This record gives sequence, C-alpha cells and structure tokens, in this order.
Amino acid sequence: MKTDDLITALAQDAPVRWPLGRAVAAAMAGGAVVAGVIFFAGIGVRPDVMQAVETIRYLFKFVVTLALAVTATGLILHLARPGVPLGAWRWALLAAPVLLIVSVALEMMAMPMSSWGTRWIGTNAPWCLTLIPLMALGPLALMLWALRQGAPRRPGLAGAVAGLVASGIAATFYAAHCPDDSPFFVATWYTLATGIVVLIGTLAGRRWLRW
Amino acid sequence: MNDPLREDQWATWMRAAISGDAGAYRLFLQAVTPHLRAMARRRGPLFGASASDAEDVVQEVLLAIHLKRGSWDQSRPIGPWISVIVRNKMIDALRRRGRHVDVPIEDVIDTLEADSPPDGLQQRDVERLLSQLKDQQRDIVRSISVEGGSVRETATRLSMTEGAVRVALHRALKALAALYRSDPE
Repeated sequence: MKTDDLITALAQDAPVRWPLGRAVAAAMAGGAVVAGVIFFAGIGVRPDVMQAVETIRYLFKFVVTLALAVTATGLILHLARPGVPLGAWRWALLAAPVLLIVSVALEMMAMPMSSWGTRWIGTNAPWCLTLIPLMALGPLALMLWALRQGAPRRPGLAGAVAGLVASGIAATFYAAHCPDDSPFFVATWYTLATGIVVLIGTLAGRRWLRW
Repeated sequence: MNDPLREDQWATWMRAAISGDAGAYRLFLQAVTPHLRAMARRRGPLFGASASDAEDVVQEVLLAIHLKRGSWDQSRPIGPWISVIVRNKMIDALRRRGRHVDVPIEDVIDTLEADSPPDGLQQRDVERLLSQLKDQQRDIVRSISVEGGSVRETATRLSMTEGAVRVALHRALKALAALYRSDPE
C-alpha cells in the first residue's frame, strides 16, 4: 500500500471520540461510581459517623486520600501527553506522604507511648488491606482505559500513577467506613494497601499501555 | 520556511480533524509526511536499517500519530507534541529494523521535506500486516485507501451501515498498529 493510500484511510477516521482530558474525567467519575456502589452495597459508613465527623482525626483521613487522588490525576494528565513538561506536578505527588508524616509526628507528640501499639494495629487492618484494593480495581481499570487514549512514554510508570489515583478514590470511601482514625494506622495500612494497587497498576501498564 | 506559521497551520488542521473534518486531516497528514520521510531516510542508515525500510517507517509513524492524536492538548502548540510522538515511534521502528540505538532525532517541524519514493520501491510491511487482519477489516481498509472510496460508498458496497464501517475502520487501524508492535520481522 502506498503512503498516500494509507493517508486516505486515516483521513476517513478523523474524529476523536475520547480526547485524553475527557477520558480521564470520565474515568474519575465512573471510578467513583463503581467504588461507591461497592461501598454502599457492601460496607457503608460507620455507625458512629455523626460523632466521628466532629473529630479531626476522622476528617484528616479524607484530606490525605483526596490529596492523593487529585495530585496523581494531575500528574497522569502530564505523563500521558507527549511534549508537555511535568513541572510542579512531579512534586505535588509528595503532598499525601508529607501530610502523613506530619500527622504521625503530631500523633507521637500528643499521645502517650503506651497507646501507640494499639493505635498502630487498630482493629480493621485486614479489612483495610482487602477492601481498598478491591474497591480500587474498577477505578484502576477505567483509568488504564483512559490512559490508552493518551501516549505515556513510560507505560509502567503511568500504570503506577493510575494505581495511585484508584487507591485515592477507593481509600476515600474506605475511610468513611473504617473505625481506625489514628495517623499511625493510616500511614501504615493505607500505604500498604496503596502499594498493592500500585503494583497491579505497574504490571498492567507495562502490558496494556505500550504504543 | 516560516516554522511558526507552519506550526499554526498544522494545529488548525489537527483541531478541525479531531472534531471530524476528514479534509483538514488529510491536509495535515499530507503536510507532515514529507518531513517524516526525510527524517526516516536520513536516520535509517545510522540505525543500520536499509533505505527501502524508510517508507515502511513513515507509515508506522503515521499510524502512531493517528492513534495518539487525542493526547494532544489543543490549547498547546502542536510542534512539541508531534516531535515527541515521532521521535519515540521512529526510534522504535528504526531500531526494530536495524541494529543500532541512541541516534539523535531532530524536530519534525524543522526537517526539510522529501519526495515520495518511485513506484517501484513500494512498501511491504503494511501489505503483509493487512493480510493478517480479519477479512472484513481488510476489505474496508482496501476499499477506502486503495480504491479511494468514501465511507458511504464502502458502506453501500459491503451492505453495512456507515457507522459500522467507521467503527470497523477504526478497529482495523488499531489492529494494524498492534501488529506492527508485535512484528518480529
């Protein structure tokens, strides 16, 4: 086939139904719906939520999980657009870990050392490690689909950041359910759960995001 | 050559293309191709790829531009976007056909144009990969490209709806790109 003939065929396929920006927005919205359905059908908010929302430890969990979702989404839009510098987005991803470290330090100052162990282990760790990755699978699949509309130079890295977005969405829901609010707990178990999702995202990215 | 003007023109065409203007898209692809051709011919030998591979590389890069055009942010200049796509894909394509790596590739927009090759020196890759597509996908690509039919004519000839032809064409082009990627050659 001559190149001119190929151009003729390509020209007939001109319109783009899912530009990257629109695809990522749809994946965020769809991911929140999928995770939300599992959340409300399966676990729901904790029974003492009315008291919990008056405590800073409970609310702070959402600050961390939403910071992760937002910063990772911003980075992903830059990773999947060729020729766009990452700029400050590379560092924005540090927001969630820095928030966690600061909150852990404050908790250490505020609480007697004898209580650290129970606060760290909590009561729900196995659920945290199961439910966050489980609720993240839907958002992760949608985000990987969105990234296929983009052109990430490093597929594994893009998949890993998609895992961070999905974890951020899933952990936001999970945080509303979980009775463990100590930063010790969040910094340990939420991070481990996120690590599982990031690992899946990296492997899936290497497999499906090459172009 | 006035590069900022050329870049603006390419961006205008591409914007129209993304919202569905086949004519503008054709102009865009026809304008970009001679630059790709010049790059592929000049860089090919450095990678250890033969001169006859150049046109195959051009087609593979065109396909990548096509499938990834949704990743261009329309509020930004198109030059950096297209340069990165072409650089990545061309290195990829040349490397697969040649032996060497790490050859610098210049910006598309600054590259001089090169004429299309004489008819005797036609491309084998697309032809060979086309034969691996599903029958219907191959018929549609052939009908539209080689015979120059429109989507509507093709739909009538194959008794399909226009929408079905569009979807099948899009899938066929995606499948072609995947075949290139997995092609051991």
